[in-house]
Formats: sequence, structure tokens, C-alpha cells
Amino acid sequence: MRFLFKTHYNQDIDHLKHGGDRFWYGLLLVLAAAAPAALGTFYLGELNLVMIYAIAGVGLMLLVGYTGQVSLGHAAFLAIGAYTHSLLLGAGLPFLLSIVAAVLVSALVGAGVGWIALRMTGIYLAIATLAFAMLTEQTISRAEWLTGGFRGLAVPQASLFGMPLTQGWQHYYVTLTLLVVTLLAALNILRSSTGRAMVAIRDSEISAESVGINLAVYKTLAFALSAGITGLAGALFAHRLGYLSPDAFTFLISLQLLLMVVVGGVGSMRGVIYGALFIGFLPQLLAIARDTLPPQIAQAPGLEPGIFGLILVLVILFEPQGIFGRWLKIKSYFQLFPLYRRATHRRQKTYLRTERLR
Amino acid sequence: MSYLAVEDLSISFGGIRAVDHVSFDVEEGEVFAIIGPNGAGKTTLFNLVSGIYFPDGGSVRFAGRDITSLPAHRIAPLGLARTFQNIELFEHATVLQNLLIGRHVHRRSSALSHLLFLPAVRREELEHRRRVEDVIDLLELAHYREQRIANLPYGVRKVVEVGRALCLEPKLLLLDEPTSGLNPEESEDMGFWIEDINRDLGVTVVMVAHDMGLVSRVAGRVLALNEGRVIAEGSPAEVQKNPAVVDAYLGAD
Repeated sequence: MRFLFKTHYNQDIDHLKHGGDRFWYGLLLVLAAAAPAALGTFYLGELNLVMIYAIAGVGLMLLVGYTGQVSLGHAAFLAIGAYTHSLLLGAGLPFLLSIVAAVLVSALVGAGVGWIALRMTGIYLAIATLAFAMLTEQTISRAEWLTGGFRGLAVPQASLFGMPLTQGWQHYYVTLTLLVVTLLAALNILRSSTGRAMVAIRDSEISAESVGINLAVYKTLAFALSAGITGLAGALFAHRLGYLSPDAFTFLISLQLLLMVVVGGVGSMRGVIYGALFIGFLPQLLAIARDTLPPQIAQAPGLEPGIFGLILVLVILFEPQGIFGRWLKIKSYFQLFPLYRRATHRRQKTYLRTERLR
Repeated sequence: MSYLAVEDLSISFGGIRAVDHVSFDVEEGEVFAIIGPNGAGKTTLFNLVSGIYFPDGGSVRFAGRDITSLPAHRIAPLGLARTFQNIELFEHATVLQNLLIGRHVHRRSSALSHLLFLPAVRREELEHRRRVEDVIDLLELAHYREQRIANLPYGVRKVVEVGRALCLEPKLLLLDEPTSGLNPEESEDMGFWIEDINRDLGVTVVMVAHDMGLVSRVAGRVLALNEGRVIAEGSPAEVQKNPAVVDAYLGAD
């Protein structure tokens, strides 16, 4: 077990708390940077997709895991980011500017949705965001003059600093850089008063208000941030797809994003990465499983959403902290060996909450 | 003009008048206690003053300013902090994070600068941390600093909640039953802390209490409520002897 001797408050503020952190995260970064040399085109592409999912997951995690607001409609922000980016790129805007614009447009729409959804919580909020996603999907398919509707929209070739992005490894590095930037930005938010206000709203709205947190402002802000980051993922996703059409952004995508956050571990940024890896490689596993199943089951319609839903339910029932929570348990098992007890991580029941206001 | 002036405050829930034309004044620097049997309207009165409920009639003035129709998040920055009877802490955060959230009204930087964590933000964070450490020292919470609220015993949570309120650096502190559910030793500690907060930090305290021992030890004046109405006001000894108060608690013959 590691005991940290702290001599300055900065040690609690810094992202990397000790030498071990610096070593392992450094190694991870080096490995990620070296991946194109070791991996083939297919797996590099898959890893790129996982990182795009991870960016979207960071956005959704800020909203679901840290502000406590559920969203079943994040595919819409992914779509808005993707279409805005493609259209602006087509209009001749440089790659980076167009990405920034996609983030801003998504954030603005997110702020609007958040503002409208202020008075809703829990299941009602989930339904409202779901409705918003369907509305967006419909709008995209009807606004043919802008988006091409179901005929689709070809994503223009991007170029960065005069260099056309044609190769898989080029996209990989762009995504990797943006993922690192997004993660740092999200962690910065979380270690400052904005992030703490979000956590406060998640845990108790009434006392958040009583310490001076404006619920309307911070909920709207959380939605805007979350939507903006998901829009960034959408812009990158557009290049992955190459051709945009409304059926690329269905309810299944929203469900996948939520599944990623829950399976990874609600309330942890590392969980986002675990969740993204899980979601990224799940279709591969399903494809393999399909080959072994009898055709009546393997070809049944709605098999994928069904399995996603089943996994979601099982994780919530048996490992509410997700993969990250399981990792913590395994780690403490070895740290405390042979003294580990299951009760260490059992959730405490809360009593005396009978007279909760609201 | 008194520091906190509550005038003719009323609120009804359905047919029940929870608070019925209540008036009282709290002077700067005193410890003022509100007592009364269960359902007398004490907590409702607190919720009205701190902006969680809005009254049907009457007014609340704090430090010369009308705060009757201000929402809670606009009252807190004026220097009014409160605790809750049943503890409303941020359960999945650590004690340190809870106390830092209490510093929210003192933030100076914008969300955009938080995104980049500019050097000014770090300086501000260090400043917040130093203030929080003062509160941790005062309330002897150092041992629990890194623990999550969900893992803490009830008595400690009660203290953390007072700590979070203190982190706002309030001028007026509303304590809703600070000793309910505490054992005699913890109650005694809480009594000493209330005295310290009042005397050393110069915070005016208004508290709801059941514990008459605590009230007579720390409070200068007491207001007794029953069924939403004021039935007595005065020094602890006077109020305790008041026949209407005795009736309210023990029932009339």
C-alpha cells in the first residue's frame, strides 16, 4: 500500500498525485503514440473509434456521472457535431476552425435543451432528451436542402496545416490529441468550483442551493459542456463514417453512449476509457457470438439493442460502480491481502432521510 | 433596525397554517434559539428565511435588505448559511470536497478559466483550501478529511454540515437542530462550538433546538412556537417557566 506524505496543498490539486501516476500515465501515452507502428489498419481504425467514443463518453460522464442528469439523447449532439463540421468543411472552412464551430454549435443547442429541461429530473428528463434526439433525427432527414436527408451527405476531405488527412494514422493522431485535450479540460473543470458545483447538484439540490449554487445556471452549463464535447466526438465520427445520413445517429447510439458510461463506472473519468473499450469491441464479440448461435436467434431483429439493454440492467444490479469499481475492488484485494473483506465496499444504507425536501 | 427582522410571516400547505403571522427580531452578535414541540413550524420558518419556501404573507429583512422573495442561491452570498435537520451533505464526495463546495460563494474565476485551469485558478484554489483548513482545525475534522460522507458516522456528518456552513464565512448562521441524534458528549462539543462560532468568529446564530440544556447554556434569547404561532419570547429561564410553553409541551390540564 502506498502512503503519501503531503507537504503542499498543490499535491491535492495536481492531476498526477505521485511518481507512480506519472510513470504509468506516461507509459500509456507513449504506448498510445506508438500504436500506429504496431497495429494494422483495421485495429488502428477500431482504436480510433474507441477514442472517439471516449471523447463522447467524457461529455456524457460530466452530465450523468457528475451532475446527475440523465440523457438518452446524446446521439443528437453527435449528429449536430458531425453535420455542422461536414457542412462547414464543405463551405471551405479550415479543419480546426470547423471543429471549433461544431463544438460551439453543439454546446449552444445543448444549453437550449438543458435550459428547457431544467425542471425535469430522472425518468422525465430521460424521456425529454429521448424526444429531443428523435426530433433531431427527423429534422435532419426532412431538411434535405441542408443535410441531403436520406440521400446522405459526403464528408469532405479534411486537411491539417496544408497536409491532407487521408491515412488512418493521421486521423488516429488527431483523435488522440483531442482526446487528451478533452480529458484534461474535463478534469480541470472537476477540480475547480464549477465541477464541485456540478457534484453538489448531483448529490443534493437543496443544499447546493443553500450554499449559493444557481441550479439553473449550472445545469444549463453542464448540458452545454456535455453537448459541446459530444459534438467534438461527432465531428471526428463524421470522418470515420465518410458519409452522413440520419440513420447513423439512432436511439441505439444514445443507448450505447449511456451503456459506456454505466459499464465503465459512473462518476469516474477512467471509467469512460474502460467503457469506450468495452463498447468499441462489443460488436466484434457479438459478431463472433452470432456465428456460433442458431440462426433463429442470431438473425432475430433487435438482438443488439436487446443485449445492450440486458448488459445495462445486469451492471446496474450487480456492479453499480462499473468496471472502474471492479478495478478498485481488485486493487484493494491485493493491497490488503489477506485482510480484504467484501464488506469494505458494501454500500452504506442511509437512514434519517425521511423528511427530505424535494 | 435589527439584523434579522421577521415580520408577520405566514405560509399554508393545503389547509394547514404551518407558520401563522410570526414576527421576531434577531440582533447582531446574539445566539437566538427557536423551540417548540414537533410540528410547531420551526423548520418551515427556517425554510422561509433561507429562501427555500416563499411565504404567503409577511416579510424577512436581513442586514437592512428585503430578502423575502429572493431564492436560496441569492441569499447565501449575502452572508446567510444554514444546516439541515436531517443532514443534506454531498454524500458521494469527501469531507474536503464538501467543505470546498461551501466556498462556492467566494469563487472569483469563470468556468472558462476553469477549463484551462489558469494560474489564477490555482491561486484561488489554494486560498480556498487554506480557509477550509481553518474550519477543519476549528471543528477537529482533520482525521476525516479524505473520507466520503457515505462512510462517516452520524455525529461526524452533523459536524461536517456545520463546517460546510462556516466555509461560506457567513454573518448569520441558521442551525436546524444541531444536536438532534447526538450523544451527550457530542452534544456538549456542539454547544462549545456554537459558543466559539458566535464569540470568536462573530457570527450571529439562530438555532432550532429541542435540547433545553443546550438552549439555556448558549442562547441569549428564546422564541417558543406552537402550531405555527409565537407563544412566548424572552430569556431561556423566562420562556421555560411560561405557562403557555409548559402547556404546549406537556398538554394543558
